[in-house]
Amino acid sequence: MSHADTMGGHAGLMEKPAFSVPAKKMAMWLFIIADTATFAGCLVAYGFLRNATPDWPRPFHSITNVAIMTFILVTSSLTMLFAMDAGKAGDKAKAFRWMLITAALGAVFALLHIREWLALIDEGMTLLKNPWGTGLFGAAFFSITGLHLLHVTCGVIALVVVAIRYQGGRYNADDLEVTGLYWHFVDLVWMFVVPLVYLLNLSH
Amino acid sequence: MAMAETHKSGTGRYVVVYIFILVIAALQFVIAYSNITAPQMFARMLFLAMVEAALALLFFMHLSENHGLLWFVLIFTGFVLLAMQYSWTDSFRELLGAPWSNYTKY
Repeated sequence: MSHADTMGGHAGLMEKPAFSVPAKKMAMWLFIIADTATFAGCLVAYGFLRNATPDWPRPFHSITNVAIMTFILVTSSLTMLFAMDAGKAGDKAKAFRWMLITAALGAVFALLHIREWLALIDEGMTLLKNPWGTGLFGAAFFSITGLHLLHVTCGVIALVVVAIRYQGGRYNADDLEVTGLYWHFVDLVWMFVVPLVYLLNLSH
Repeated sequence: MAMAETHKSGTGRYVVVYIFILVIAALQFVIAYSNITAPQMFARMLFLAMVEAALALLFFMHLSENHGLLWFVLIFTGFVLLAMQYSWTDSFRELLGAPWSNYTKY
């Protein structure tokens, strides 16, 4: 469908889209900018607390789990790109397959995250107290990683829904790209969460 | 949507950027075990995270192909992030009792 078709033959009268970006994609970029402010607010508040609290705990003994989680999430960004490329090339089956692989990687990431939470809770960490230092750590840790986990979970659901609708012909390759933008953003946020929340709190 | 932009697709380019991001992530893990002060560690890790984010924005999210959108995103996001930095001085005040007066003791 051409731009003229979608505008009912009045394309010349309509304002051109901002930055030549389709409306859905622009809406996703605006959401990403707003969500960046949300995560940045959380991370700056976290930095504030960490800087101002002398007995900040360093509860992480190993980087294995967070390294695997990072690898999985970055890999899922790559598989999302493969899905988008297949979609642009018109290969529906391949795009659908890569979307499901991306969703599966996201689900594995979420499961590893929950496993890590349970291990910390087993060690006595709650929102308000922990055995190692200030109780603020639990609140900060669970808030930031919980917000990210919520984004991953929503992303996995969105990936599956968009993949199914794309396969059924209700969505097109542009919809895959908009979903992909969200998924890359989730990956991008993790790149900041890992060093600030995990690596700076390793017990040496 | 005929308005959709055309993207340069390239599996090879994606894989190269993916490997770069993984290597940078691995460097962060190496830094975490290095024998440096916490502020040095923070600065190095944050710098690497920003490089990773830039790679993801430019190549995974295709901002390198739309300069107008790139500047829009950078200026908007940069302004918001910079505006949040006012709180750091206050975190030192919390720690030291008065802003900067006892800074040398920190």
